[in-house]
Order: sequence, then structure tokens, then C-alpha cells
Amino acid sequence: MQQVLTYDGSFEGFLSVVFKIYEEKLVHVDIQKVAHVQPSFFGAVAEVLTSKEHADRVWKGLKKKLTTYGRNQIYYSFLSEELAVENILLDYIQQVFASKENIEKDFSNLTVLKLAKITKSVGREKHRMEAFVRFRLTKDNLYFASIEPDFNVLPLISKHFKSRYADQKWMIYDIKRKYGLYYNLHTVEIVAMEFPKSFDFTKTSDDFFANAELEFQELWQNYFKSTNIESRKNMLLHVRHVPKRYWKYLSEKQP
Amino acid sequence: MSFERIKEKLNILADAAKYDVSCSSSGSNRANKNKGLGDATGMGICHTYTEDGRCVSLLKILLTNHCIFDCAYCVTRKSNDIKRAAFKVQEVVDLTINFYRRNYIEGLFLSSGIFKNADYTMERLVSVAKKLRLEENFNGYIHLKSIPGASDELMREAGLYADRLSVNIEIPTRAGLKRLAPDKNREDFIKPMKKVKNEIIQYKAEKKIIKSTPKYAPAGQSTQMIIGASGENDYQIMTASNFFYKKFNLKRVYYSGYVPISYDSRLPQIGTEVPMLRENRLYQTDWLMRFYGFDVSEILNENYQHLDLDIDPKLGWALRNIEHFPVDINQADKRMLARVPGLGMQSVYKILQARKFRQLNWEHLKRLGVALNRAKYFIVCNSNQFERRDLQPATIKGLILQNSKSKFRNATSSQLNLFG
Repeated sequence: MQQVLTYDGSFEGFLSVVFKIYEEKLVHVDIQKVAHVQPSFFGAVAEVLTSKEHADRVWKGLKKKLTTYGRNQIYYSFLSEELAVENILLDYIQQVFASKENIEKDFSNLTVLKLAKITKSVGREKHRMEAFVRFRLTKDNLYFASIEPDFNVLPLISKHFKSRYADQKWMIYDIKRKYGLYYNLHTVEIVAMEFPKSFDFTKTSDDFFANAELEFQELWQNYFKSTNIESRKNMLLHVRHVPKRYWKYLSEKQP
Repeated sequence: MSFERIKEKLNILADAAKYDVSCSSSGSNRANKNKGLGDATGMGICHTYTEDGRCVSLLKILLTNHCIFDCAYCVTRKSNDIKRAAFKVQEVVDLTINFYRRNYIEGLFLSSGIFKNADYTMERLVSVAKKLRLEENFNGYIHLKSIPGASDELMREAGLYADRLSVNIEIPTRAGLKRLAPDKNREDFIKPMKKVKNEIIQYKAEKKIIKSTPKYAPAGQSTQMIIGASGENDYQIMTASNFFYKKFNLKRVYYSGYVPISYDSRLPQIGTEVPMLRENRLYQTDWLMRFYGFDVSEILNENYQHLDLDIDPKLGWALRNIEHFPVDINQADKRMLARVPGLGMQSVYKILQARKFRQLNWEHLKRLGVALNRAKYFIVCNSNQFERRDLQPATIKGLILQNSKSKFRNATSSQLNLFG
């Protein structure tokens, strides 16, 4: 009979579930986030509490079996938030622990290949966000950007922006997941935010943004147009590189 | 800052700079220091793409499009009747900083028409980079043009502030240059390139002994050649390219299909199609030379002076050298795997890793992402199914063309019909 184990949705929570499965030698489990648990007609549902200690022990165990590459794959895939990715990860982790050799590059193993694919998608999204974030200067001298990434990549891009924009306050806000990164000139914090009702993420209203902000956006739009070579136009290629779902927050794509 | 005036200048001077195709922002190792602005340690980032599909990574502009030269292929040539403009040094600095802070760009690509003389122009370019580095503590990417004929002293200074330097050879042969740019000579291009190459070697050697030696052009040098303006064939172009890679340790050679911009009778007329497919084949050849272990003479030589347009150069090589195949996926070394049509370096790497665990079969290869429609004629694997017919190269080519969809299908349809 299948047992559903739920967790709080955090990475540590997930690793705590893995710990419990090993400790209690559980089989036939289905791991789900407590927030989106699917009622099951057959098995029991048990909630696993997040334990930093348990999570650390699993992670330490993985360190002995995998290089940074392999461990990154686990973390990246987890952030994909794909449906049932936890179960693929469990399958992977069980194979990792069961094998004498490091299996992270066994590309003829279906589970390894699946994970490599998910990791690649998440990595691509991370890279896209490093590229497509568009800061806008607010009246409070904060460089503000809003994004709606396909995957939960904020934790992955924090370091990149911190080492790059060390001398300006900035915030990157994930509208879909309702949290943001805020850099206060010293550290990056994870913040939840309330926005006024009148705030439209896609507009640069002068109630909120600095006077010159729109001017710079316009300069950038102009640059974007001038640098195009009309006789080589290839919109198919353009859209492949800059998919339409990202246009909403790209300054150069504003009407 | 007057936005109206800046906008006008930006339109003119970005438009004039766009024919320089280089937009790379990778390969440097300049980290953010003293909590300044910017970081150029990572891989390059394309912040957006133009509607023609090219990466926009840097703010690519000319300092001015006033020019004393009259090169036929160049849109800013003296005799061309166009609007002229010039940025002030501070204007470029402000634009760069403000664009960078908004995460529009990785840095600045600054080129220029030549006004007064080479040194005067080069000095202005250097002063922009110097200001960005010293006054703004800017650690983003800076690509400066080496102005042909600039003095050694200025080139030495340029490398201290820039990540990359480039001088565009533009016309691959001496004769072509003489015809299209009579005021210029090849030595003027070579001189700054040579100086920068030697400085890079020297600074690197010193750095090994004295840690505090400053960086000198950490992302190296590049150049560009125009394709289809002066009648050179692929053999001549790639031989020139190979010469620059070997002789000057260039990081990149760019190939830019000529976009007709004038009615000069020495050049393809306005309305002539940009040779994009040919450009693509040249880049493929360039990649084969740099990453796949091919020598240029294996692909282009006295007997084969033109790249095939209907098939890629690696497939072309394989069909001419069919005696090297089939290759055993589970045994062959990296060098030979890289020569199999349909295997990219990513696939080669995955195969090398995966075959440590088990013998690979067709199903494995397919899942790894190997382009089997091309590769299958050239490989055997752990399966008793393989191409047993003794196919002639021409037949293989026909079969592959029949079963593949090229993005350039329209451009080569006349050839396809032969096999259709």
C-alpha cells in the first residue's frame, strides 16, 4: 500500500522526508508538499516535520557519494517545483546510496538522465533571469525588478546579483511566488512584500519611480531598435531566444 | 544630461556600430573589488536579442562616426552622405553606468570612426575606459577597438583598462583591401594586434612572478572579416582566419556576411541578399578548428576551396573520408568521436561518461540527444543492427538530406531536388 508523506515545501523539509524513509525503511511512498496534497483513497497521509539535523545528515551522506555537480542537480531539480519531482529525486537518491560508484554521470541511466534534463531547464531559467532582470530606479533609490520565472530560481541568482551590484540597493521580486531578494548594501535578505493596490508591475508610474527612470528606458528601447539589422530580420530566432512570456517585464519590449 | 540630444546621438552611433558582429562578454576574470559596480568573472550574458537574432550583451556604439577614411564597404566612410555625431567622453561613461545598473548590459563595446588621426582617436577611447575603471570603479566588461596605426604606448595603456581589444581585418586578402580601402594598409592593422599579443604574453609572465601585476586585456583579442564583399573564397577566408588564430593567439575571429550599404560598383549592390548560409558554414568550420580538433587543411585546401552549402562541413569531411568509418561508439577515442557527423561535443562528453557504466546501444544514444539521422551511417554500437549496405558517399548524402529538415532548406532547395 502506498503511503503519502507530506512536507512543508522547503528543501530541508524534503531531505527530512528522505531521512525518515531511510530510518523507518519505508517503501512505496509518495512525497507531496503539504500545501498541495492530493487526497488519496488508499494510503495513509503522514506529515513529516522539518528537521535541520536530519536534513544535514542526508546532505552529508550525499556529499560522500556525489560531487558538487551531482548535489547541485538535486537542488536545482528540487527548485523546478515540477509535479512529483520529489519522487524522482527519491529514486535518484536511493540509487546514489545503493551504488558503490558515483552514478551522477551515468547518462544511460534513465533517472540520471531525467534529472540532468530537469537541471538543464532550471539552469537555463536561472541564466535567463540573470539576463532578463530589468531594474528600475524607485523614488527611494532602490533598483527594483519584478519577475515571473517558470521555476523558483531566486535562491540560485542571489550570489550573481550580489557580487555584481555591490554598491546599489536592489530588490528582485518574484510575483508568482510572492517573495523577493533584497540587498541592503551588506547582505541579501529574503523578504515578503505588500504592494499597494494601485501598483502595476508592468508600468513605470512616477508615483513610485524616479523621474529619469522612463528616460533611461526610452534610451534603451532606442538602442534596441538601432542595433537591429533589418535585412537580416529573423523573428523566429528572436522569439526562440527571448520567448514571449518574458516580454512583459523587459524594458525594451514595452510599447 | 539632455535626454533628447543623447537619444539622437545614440540612434546614429548605435546604428553605425551594429555591423561589428562581436558581442561577446565572456572570457574575462575581472571581479568586483572594493564594493564597486560590476563583475566580469562569469560566463557571458546576452541580455536580449535583436530582431535579427543576434545577442545583445554590450552597449555597442561608436564614439563618433566622423571618419577621415573612405573604405568602400563601410557605412561611415567619408564620402557617404549620412548624419554625423560624436559623443563626449562623459556621455559614454554615464550611459554605460546607467544601463549597467539596470542590468541591460554586461558592459561597453566602444569603437570609433577615425577623426584627425589614429592616436587622437585611440586616446579618446582609452580615456573612456580609464574613467570607467578609475573614477566609477566599474568592473564590468569593456571591449575597445584598436585603431589601426595607433602607437604602441596607447595600445599598452588600452589593455590595462579593457577586457578585450579587437582590430577588424575586414577584408581577408591584401588585394581586396587595396581595392576597397586604398587609404589603409594591412600593416596598420597588424601593428596594434602584434603589440597587444606581446603585452599579453609579457603581463602573464610577470604575473607569475609578481602577484600584483595588473591585468592586461584578460579576455584577449578578436577580429572580424566581411564575407562576400570582395570575392574571396572560403579557402582564402579560413586560411586567413587560421593565420590570425595561430600567429596572434586570437580568442575569436568573427565572420560578417556583407550587408549591402552602397551603390559602389566594386561591391554587391543594395538589395543583394546577405550571405547568411555561407556565414553559418564558415562559423561551423571555425568551430571544427577550435573545438573539434580539425586542422583547417582537412576541410578546405587547394582541392576543396568552397564549403558545401547543402551540408555542414563536418559531414562534408566525413563523406570525403569515408574510410575512417564506421566508428565504434563504445571504443573510439574522443578525437574520433568528435569527427562523427551528428555528434556535438556535448554528446561526445556524455558518451565518454556513460560508456564507463555499460555498453551503449541505439536507445541510449537516442536518449542522450545524438542526431542519429546523420550519425547512424557512421557508427556501430552495442547492437547487431547497423547500416550493412555498402553505401556510397553520394547515397548517404542523399539519404541524410531527405530525412532532415534544415533551417536553410529554402536556400538550398535546388540541390535537394537532385535527390528528391
